[in-house]
Amino acid sequence: MSTSIHVTLGEVAAALGLVAVALAVSLWQRSGVEGDIGVAVARSFVQLTAIGYVVKLVFDTDSLALVVALISAMALMGAFTARGRARRVPGAFWPLLVALAVAGAATLGLVVALGVFPATPRYLVPVGGMIIGNAMTSAAVALNRLGDDVAAAAREIEATLALGATASLAVRPLVRRSLRSAVIPLVDQTKTTGLIAFPGTMVGMLLAGAAPVDAVRLQLVLLYVLLGGVSLAALVAVMLAHRSFFTPAHQLRELPERAEL
Amino acid sequence: MLFSLQDVSVDRGGRPVLRDLSLEIPEGATAIVGPSGVGKSTLLRLLNRLADPDAGAVYYRRRDVCSLDPLALRREVALVPQLPALLPGTVADNLRFAARLAGRDVDGEVLDRVGLDASFADRIATRLSVGEQQRAMLARTLVQQPSVLLLDEPTSALDPDARDAVEATLRRLRAELGLATVLVTHDPAQAERLADRAVRLEAP
Repeated sequence: MSTSIHVTLGEVAAALGLVAVALAVSLWQRSGVEGDIGVAVARSFVQLTAIGYVVKLVFDTDSLALVVALISAMALMGAFTARGRARRVPGAFWPLLVALAVAGAATLGLVVALGVFPATPRYLVPVGGMIIGNAMTSAAVALNRLGDDVAAAAREIEATLALGATASLAVRPLVRRSLRSAVIPLVDQTKTTGLIAFPGTMVGMLLAGAAPVDAVRLQLVLLYVLLGGVSLAALVAVMLAHRSFFTPAHQLRELPERAEL
Repeated sequence: MLFSLQDVSVDRGGRPVLRDLSLEIPEGATAIVGPSGVGKSTLLRLLNRLADPDAGAVYYRRRDVCSLDPLALRREVALVPQLPALLPGTVADNLRFAARLAGRDVDGEVLDRVGLDASFADRIATRLSVGEQQRAMLARTLVQQPSVLLLDEPTSALDPDARDAVEATLRRLRAELGLATVLVTHDPAQAERLADRAVRLEAP
């Protein structure tokens, strides 16, 4: 993969022409998202430019310690962000942070151990960032669903506890459902990949001039790594968080009211 | 003494529900009556530790409930909630689930005992009428062979015919099994029909 592609700032600015189409649609149809589009464009520019320089620094210094620091920072940010979507789960931050850290470390460790990628910043940084991002989404979906389901099924859970069931047994069906809802979007996406949508890595590699077969193979590797990482993140988050709905004496805690999202 | 409460206070959502309540509940059948919102259900949930008081202590047969294993306590002091909440699956599935938790086999006569015929075993639990579900809840509790029944407004969701049937079931259970019962009800007449004595709760 020695191919490279150079994009000038002028070309990026030209792509904003398409944003103008989105703005025009929003204004014409009064869907009211033009403000959000503006914020999204500005934030994406600033954030990606900043991370570009950070990644350049990591690549230039070629230091694994910096890779670990960068991915840890991403996991921290991811846990903060995901907590906002899991407001009904008491103390959701730590389970989310552990879930992202475990998903990132385990999947990166595995791809290096299996010899899929060499342990250099050029591979670890982009793959790690992609895993953390997807793991954050799946862990947030899992805990969001679990929080909603526990609140909705409080009566059934208490009736099961009243039979002398443990807290874990009383929420087991809800844990299963939340895991399913976290993993199914990526499973569906994996099933239809190439038919309905070209995945991002493949698009990037094709644009950068790689051979289609190489692009496809790398995309497959990443899809499989993601499936593993995403499932692991949802599992760890739910396993660590489900007990927090209960006291040590297997009593259902009073839940906070539904957060405005 | 079946239960003793000493200076028990409970807050829910920052609002006091029970305030410095001291109460003795003897063996036999006791009804707890009072207007709605006075904390009757909250009181019942303290007795098998589905909740703990914010202050004070609860004793079950002279032992502090906090010193007991909550899971074992709940199988011995069984609570039937106000509204039925059966698990997905058949009535038999529900009975087996409860029996397994208590390490017992399903007593084949338990449905008959609550006034449901044997054909109910294979019916989907959540598709029964509310009255039938309430009796299935009772059966699910009884397979664990508890020593005390806590009943939270057991007939409030039922029409008069279903109510009479459940009340007849409860009277028969008392006569046959000699279970101690604590019944929460807003209906003083029901308290009279089902209990030896009544305790009236007033707003704190």
